[in-house]
Amino acid sequence: MKFGVVTFPGSNCDYDAYAAVKLLGREVEFLWHQSTDLNGCDAVILPGGFSYGDYLRSGAIARFSPIMQAVTKFAHSGGLVLGICNGFQILVEAGLLPGALMRNNHLRFSCKFVYLRVENNENPFTVSCRAGEVLKIPIAHKDGNFYHFTSDIEDLIKNRQILFRYCDPHGAITEESNPNGSLFNIGGICNKEGNVAGMMPHPERAVEDILGSSSGLKIFQSIIKSLTEGVRSEVA
Amino acid sequence: MKKATVFVRLKDGVLDPQGLTIQKALLNMGYNQVASVKSGRFFELEINADNNDIKSKIDEICRKLLANPVVEKYRVEYDQ
Repeated sequence: MKFGVVTFPGSNCDYDAYAAVKLLGREVEFLWHQSTDLNGCDAVILPGGFSYGDYLRSGAIARFSPIMQAVTKFAHSGGLVLGICNGFQILVEAGLLPGALMRNNHLRFSCKFVYLRVENNENPFTVSCRAGEVLKIPIAHKDGNFYHFTSDIEDLIKNRQILFRYCDPHGAITEESNPNGSLFNIGGICNKEGNVAGMMPHPERAVEDILGSSSGLKIFQSIIKSLTEGVRSEVA
Repeated sequence: MKKATVFVRLKDGVLDPQGLTIQKALLNMGYNQVASVKSGRFFELEINADNNDIKSKIDEICRKLLANPVVEKYRVEYDQ
């Protein structure tokens, strides 16, 4: 089993994602944005950062990188792809995930711990979580305000594509616990098939208690479990 | 050489916090005549082509890159 972490010009969480996988004792390598090959990786992580300086729109330019053709092909063939923060923005721009990530409603860059409630724990990225488990994971973004048309949100709910919603420490979905104005408190979603996921919070920054939380490990453990035990998504 | 100017802004009904903040600032400055502000951006493109199907190419460029069709709309103006 091998993980690949894509490095775009301006990625700055690639080493953290790499370290998180290493911490779990799994093989991992960096994939350069100019490459057209995933080198046989079994799961791909698009890390956080500011690819191409966030010019035009966050993720809008990175999604045309040569590596993204390989990532798209991999995703369409059922490969596991996780986009974190800027990686989520890239997946949305690429059309691999629905909706759009807009400017935070308060217009500020927000960097703090938030709480997430696991809405679907039968997905390759959440299978190590309990249903409704509350995860403490930090955010660091200015464009994390998830938007989609109301009718499409209903589809997301019906298809169980909503993986995480912002909540209070006890798991209650409240307006105060929504850090960016995200519709329906959405913090993370997956595609209809369940093999492509995106989340604004940074699980790779919450992998040891000394960092303030180790909740983020569950996401990486889920991917490992899915690849080992062949867990397929329950959605769609 | 032809020039195309592309104007991109959020679709109606999509919350524009930047426009809203500017409008609030204008209110604070005493300009209470301004009922709403919509923010956006524009791009000037110089084009090396004379053929007529450049419009469809520009349209493609707008849809693929300059605007995010999920939440934004665009308008193009041409001059010689």
